Amino acid sequence: MISHETIEKNLGLLIVLTILIVSVGGLVQIVPLFFQTSTTTPVAGLKPYTALQLSGRDIYIREGCVGCHSQMIRPFRAETERYGHYSVAGEFVYDRPFLWGSKRTGPDLHRVGGRYSDAWHTAHLMNPRDVVPESNMPAYPWLDRPLKDAAIQAKMRTLNIVGHGYTEQEIAAAPAALEGKTELEALIAYLQVLGTHAPRI
Amino acid sequence: MSDFTHGFWPIYISVITVASIVGTWAFLRSQTTRKLAPGEKPELMEHTWDGDLQDLNNPLPRWWLGLFYGTLVFAAAYLLLWPGLGNFAGVLGWTSSGAYEAEVKAAEAKFQPVYARFMKQDIASVAADPEARAIGRNLFLTYCSQCHGSDATGARGFPNLTDHDWLYGGDPDTIVATLTGGRNGIMPALGEVLGPQGTKEVANHVLSLSGRKHDAALAAAGKVKFAENCAACHMPDGTGMQALGAPNLTDKVWLYGGSEATIIETITKGRNGVMPAMTQTLGTTSNKEAKLHLLAAYVYGLSQKQ
Repeated sequence: MISHETIEKNLGLLIVLTILIVSVGGLVQIVPLFFQTSTTTPVAGLKPYTALQLSGRDIYIREGCVGCHSQMIRPFRAETERYGHYSVAGEFVYDRPFLWGSKRTGPDLHRVGGRYSDAWHTAHLMNPRDVVPESNMPAYPWLDRPLKDAAIQAKMRTLNIVGHGYTEQEIAAAPAALEGKTELEALIAYLQVLGTHAPRI
Repeated sequence: MSDFTHGFWPIYISVITVASIVGTWAFLRSQTTRKLAPGEKPELMEHTWDGDLQDLNNPLPRWWLGLFYGTLVFAAAYLLLWPGLGNFAGVLGWTSSGAYEAEVKAAEAKFQPVYARFMKQDIASVAADPEARAIGRNLFLTYCSQCHGSDATGARGFPNLTDHDWLYGGDPDTIVATLTGGRNGIMPALGEVLGPQGTKEVANHVLSLSGRKHDAALAAAGKVKFAENCAACHMPDGTGMQALGAPNLTDKVWLYGGSEATIIETITKGRNGVMPAMTQTLGTTSNKEAKLHLLAAYVYGLSQKQ
């Protein structure tokens, strides 16, 4: 057996052994996730985000929504009673990066799709207190401006590398789909599709 | 059925996991020097820093060693009892979905008798029961308050439920139907049909219906246009139609606002009021029907207070 002294005095060996030890967790817990059916197969009906939803998702990221809203309903009754069916891995196949979040200053948003009307979201994002007087969410009035997402086609092509499967027609039609839309509309389009493919209850 | 796409992966996981536990144990064993005898001096290492700083090769503290071995034993016990080693489900047979279902079942058994009592009563009697009201209020705060407000007085575009004014009707059956199927109150945009002047005239006629301040000449001109474009839903006298959810325009209740400017906006762009179907959002347990019953009773009760 190697003695402690040998390891301490051979920097190369120390580095190799350190890397070996710290990578065990990742090798066992992360790598196999890429080879599991439940994590790589989309749930029934799930489609990659449309161009507008994809732009809206980037606004969600830009505005830091993930800092206060999780998108992960845990399998506890207290959560499923409030939000709906608990989240399953196959619902996040087209989420790159994941926006699961880890903090809930506001409610979980994974099943927010269809829960409120577009008009509600518009009023709520402009000033949350107009509809929920007790809310401590900040207002996002600047979202009511034209959506400018010049990189949309590049984004879709990049996501195709990892298997989102956008067709050439969809990519070609993307700028037209964003034409005349506001950031607000894009964000709402994203929110309204969230979690709408819950497993059958 | 294994969740892994290939039989290699469970083996891969198990081998690395077991090897890292056994390897850590063996490595620790090999590095453990014996405990010093009383009075024995630890070995002095050969290097010296800064002239007089020396390094003693003390054995590892026993408490620390004990803790480390303890974590290894914990890991072994954990992997035996719970899932972790590839496809091995663990002796306890625990799954997160199983734990969830057990939790739901226990809650259902606990609440079923409470719900069952109210399910036997009609909505009007449930609404009069203080216990049902307390449950209904909790349900309302969870599922409805985001739009209708925690005091149920609504917001702009979201109806006040306490004002005895109903778009679709406030009897128990209608409330249940509204909750079950949701509602979509569509007012078409009439701006292009009426033109800016026509819109202003109709708006003034609408203002006159509820006795608000209006321009009489404009209102008179708007009366005909109202009859042609609006009366089909709002009725010729403007009292609305509950079957369509077309609001009564002769009362003092305004969903979107009763100023001339807002009425013009409403006529020009139309309105699209959406109440989502609550069957989609009342959680996932089998108590949905009871929840709907209690919620309907709570909403019904709100409008019974004077």
